[in-house]
Amino acid sequence: MMNKLILGRYIPGDSLIHRLDPRTKLLMSFYFIGIIFFANNWQSYLFLSVFTLFCVFLSKVDFGFFLRGVRPLLWLILFTVALQMFFTSGGQIYWQWGIFRLTEYGVQNGIFIFCRFVLIIFMSTLLTLTTPPLELSDAIEYILRPLKAIKFPVHEISLMLSIALRFVPTLMDETEKIMNAQRARGVDFGEGNLVQKMKAVVPLLIPLFVSSFNRADDLATAMEARGYQGGEGRSKYRVLHWHTRDTITVIVYVFVTVGLIYLRN
Amino acid sequence: MKPIIELNNLTFKYQRTDARPALEDVSLSINQGEWVAIIGHNGSGKSTLAKTINGLLLPESGSVKVGSKELNEENIWSVRKMVGMVFQNPDNQFVGATVEDDVAFGMENQGVPRDEMIERVKNALEQVRMSEFATKEPVRLSGGQKQRVAIAGVVALRPDIIILDEATSMLDPEGREEVIATIKKIKEENNLTVLSITHDIDEAANANRVLVMRQGQLVDEGTPEKIFSAGPKLVEMGLDLPFPEKLKQSLKQRGVDVPQNYLTEEGMVDWLWTSILKK
Repeated sequence: MMNKLILGRYIPGDSLIHRLDPRTKLLMSFYFIGIIFFANNWQSYLFLSVFTLFCVFLSKVDFGFFLRGVRPLLWLILFTVALQMFFTSGGQIYWQWGIFRLTEYGVQNGIFIFCRFVLIIFMSTLLTLTTPPLELSDAIEYILRPLKAIKFPVHEISLMLSIALRFVPTLMDETEKIMNAQRARGVDFGEGNLVQKMKAVVPLLIPLFVSSFNRADDLATAMEARGYQGGEGRSKYRVLHWHTRDTITVIVYVFVTVGLIYLRN
Repeated sequence: MKPIIELNNLTFKYQRTDARPALEDVSLSINQGEWVAIIGHNGSGKSTLAKTINGLLLPESGSVKVGSKELNEENIWSVRKMVGMVFQNPDNQFVGATVEDDVAFGMENQGVPRDEMIERVKNALEQVRMSEFATKEPVRLSGGQKQRVAIAGVVALRPDIIILDEATSMLDPEGREEVIATIKKIKEENNLTVLSITHDIDEAANANRVLVMRQGQLVDEGTPEKIFSAGPKLVEMGLDLPFPEKLKQSLKQRGVDVPQNYLTEEGMVDWLWTSILKK
């Protein structure tokens, strides 16, 4: 079940993209999602598509992963594209039936929206596929740091994030074990109608909750025994390093932005 | 020999309404460099005792002295710096996302500068023979390896005392041996005081002194030889019989006249071959 999910998966590798600083990757992914809304004609979309595919190529990750990243959102994309196609007026009318109307602008808008969706998904998939979750949480902590000025609990949030990430595999294992244990006692997961399915989840969820709280208690005790007193006066073992390649990435993005502005109408 | 841990008339209740306190009038002292094992039934108060020593639980009455300081709410953190603790469940005490992060966690808390941390993490992992796993995640480790990482985390902090709170009880026999051997080595190298709470016979046999607890009270203490010679009573105390004791019992049932005092495995072998030769 979990293996099909591409969202949030990390594929180990040693490409240029893999080695980039996670802060660069995180910020640039958001930046890309921002500038993609500047594209408004086919030249600019083509330009961004080529750029995205180039990044995908640089990451050396199998292209199939990206396509699978699109799959869970396929229905949303088709729905939006269909809405755009049939309800945009203007230009030459190709086909009409009641309130549905296929127009030149509609088709154009549909294709643009489709491109926009796919490119955004590709870029965010690229981010998660090439960045270990841990580095991502380090990057988030770093980026949030200025918020300390408004008393935002940056250290606590980042500790929460890294503990949550560290416990994801442990809890997945545990879920699997509880499911098997309950199956051995006759519970059918995923069988019957909706109500029965939901009822079958109870013998999974309750033990999982209890054991999570027990784990949390044990972990808190262990942390306290090791001298944890909160963020004050703590040093950091993990440190992020900014390299020349990160500066180059930023420069490349500046050029992409300039090119995009030049190409748009 | 100066005592490093002293407990005086310690009493502790989890809930005020509890009929029987978890610890009742416990007094003991542990000398520097000693290895002391605490044994007892489930629910005899062993773990509670361990937690009172570094202030995870505060006693109702009585006092705890660690080093020369009496434990109170102000010096609790400096006492915790002296006491490293390894807990029972290897999964639940792993804070870091990778092995080195976890070893560094305690040092981060103390604000150790980063360069020194890198050095100390490396040394600590070498001491527990986990260097090649430095960047691995906890899911990829066995239980025994996780416990060794937990020990490395404690060693890196350079405490004076290590408390093992049933640290080997969730491990397989191999993992258990590994962990005990690691502790033994580190204790010798750093002249540590070890307090181990255990059901495990080998762990208790390694100790200089064994304390027996029953229903929150300290009921017996002595060298492992003395405690082990209690024979079948050991099971009541919460320990398994050591193998030579089991053999002695089986021989006794078959009408062989066995010596009363405790024999180590070696002693048993000696006794066996001498008595066979005599016939």
